[in-house]
Amino acid sequence: MMRPALIIARYTLLEALRNRLLWLLLVMAAGAVAVSGFLNELALTESRQLQAALLGAVLRLAAVFLIATFVVTSMAREASDKGLELLMALPMPRAVYLFGKLAGFAALALLPALCFGALGLFFAPPAQAALWAFSLLCECWIVAAFSVLCMLTLSQVLPALAAAFAFYLLARVIAALQLLGHGAGSVQSTGQQVLNTGIDGLALLLPHLDQFTRSDWLVYHSGGSTELAAIAAQTAIYVTLMSAAALFDLHRKAI
Amino acid sequence: MSAPVPPPAANRTAAQRTAPRSVLLAVLLALAVQIAWQASRPPARARAQDLPPAPSLAALQLAALGDPVALSKATMLYVQGFDEQAGISIAWRELDYAKVAAWLQRVLELDPRGQYPLLAASEVYGAVTDPARARLMLDFVYANFLEDPDRRWPWLAHAALVARHRLHDLPLARRYAAAIRLHATGPDVPPWARELEIFIAEDMNERDAARALIGGLLRSGQITDPHELKFLSDRLDQLNRP
Repeated sequence: MMRPALIIARYTLLEALRNRLLWLLLVMAAGAVAVSGFLNELALTESRQLQAALLGAVLRLAAVFLIATFVVTSMAREASDKGLELLMALPMPRAVYLFGKLAGFAALALLPALCFGALGLFFAPPAQAALWAFSLLCECWIVAAFSVLCMLTLSQVLPALAAAFAFYLLARVIAALQLLGHGAGSVQSTGQQVLNTGIDGLALLLPHLDQFTRSDWLVYHSGGSTELAAIAAQTAIYVTLMSAAALFDLHRKAI
Repeated sequence: MSAPVPPPAANRTAAQRTAPRSVLLAVLLALAVQIAWQASRPPARARAQDLPPAPSLAALQLAALGDPVALSKATMLYVQGFDEQAGISIAWRELDYAKVAAWLQRVLELDPRGQYPLLAASEVYGAVTDPARARLMLDFVYANFLEDPDRRWPWLAHAALVARHRLHDLPLARRYAAAIRLHATGPDVPPWARELEIFIAEDMNERDAARALIGGLLRSGQITDPHELKFLSDRLDQLNRP
């Protein structure tokens, strides 16, 4: 069963490369370097830190945007070309198809992680740049897995993309929302308490992506093995959860 | 699977048909109209805008999307850009310094390890000729110095010189210098920094005192940023000019 999954993964990756995704990544990296270099010239002090922080933030958003958009549009195209139906008609379990797609998207996420991570080497020691790149890879894997689930569930490009970006946004601000909710004074109305409970519940369901791919690591070189382990564990848990949910949904589909 | 298959050469040739001439003319005409429209509009006039009030820290934390350091750096450039807006240079004495101080405070709160807002307060905005505005900046530096004295002492040292020689407020300058002596006790703080009170107490003129401070900072090797080195070297050159 490994071989069909690998073939599906290979063709998923090939599709991305034929869509000139690598060129797009390189153009984005060049654009981000140019803009951050210009801003670096404006700084009176901490110019390298400033460039590293802005470059890191822009590249992270670019990577997530590209991966989520590619996953959703690729699956939408496969569905409309009846490629999905063709594959489902083959004598292989649906799980093989799903894991093949996920493996392909996971391999694809290596491109931005390696390409953008290499830029990190200009600002931080290799260990910190590697941590940043690994964290970006994990962030992209989580977003890709969620996008697959969205596409299988919602079946339409626009709702799936909106859901993927809303998920990403929420996962990045959920810790700040929790802090705000709990720090808003000791006396809280019933409405506030309900809202806080809701936010706390959401925080249990979402990965805390604010702990991922932090600019601090490039600027102050403050990352360590604790962060690495936490990110790896969170990614393993969440990708497994998303894959299981997507498989559940795929099995329910009448194809 | 829907991996795209490249079209055969014959199909590719068939796909590259020539567009009707009228369509090409329509494109060129629309392009010419667009250029003419933009050329006929009056040139944009630069208008100075007031610095808006600083947003709350909570709002900025949400806007940071979990990356406060990057937002802190971007915000600092935004604030710094307000005295050099497109086409217009605004005198510092026309800036609302209470708002500037609030923005600098937010920048520092987002990234407490950053030194940029303190440099801007003591070296840039603190150089204003209006004593009330300069005091606001010095107060900002002093208030934040106490949170991390071992790394923030250079900005308070500058503030002490400004208080002594620009504001002619000897007690304030002494208070700042004493704060450095009492609180900046880390191993990376050079001994002469703790002796700043001597510069202040002695009847040393502003040029000599600033020269001693900037020269000491440059010699200590604590400043590595090329832009900051240039900024301080230029300042030193200005002081050395007769």
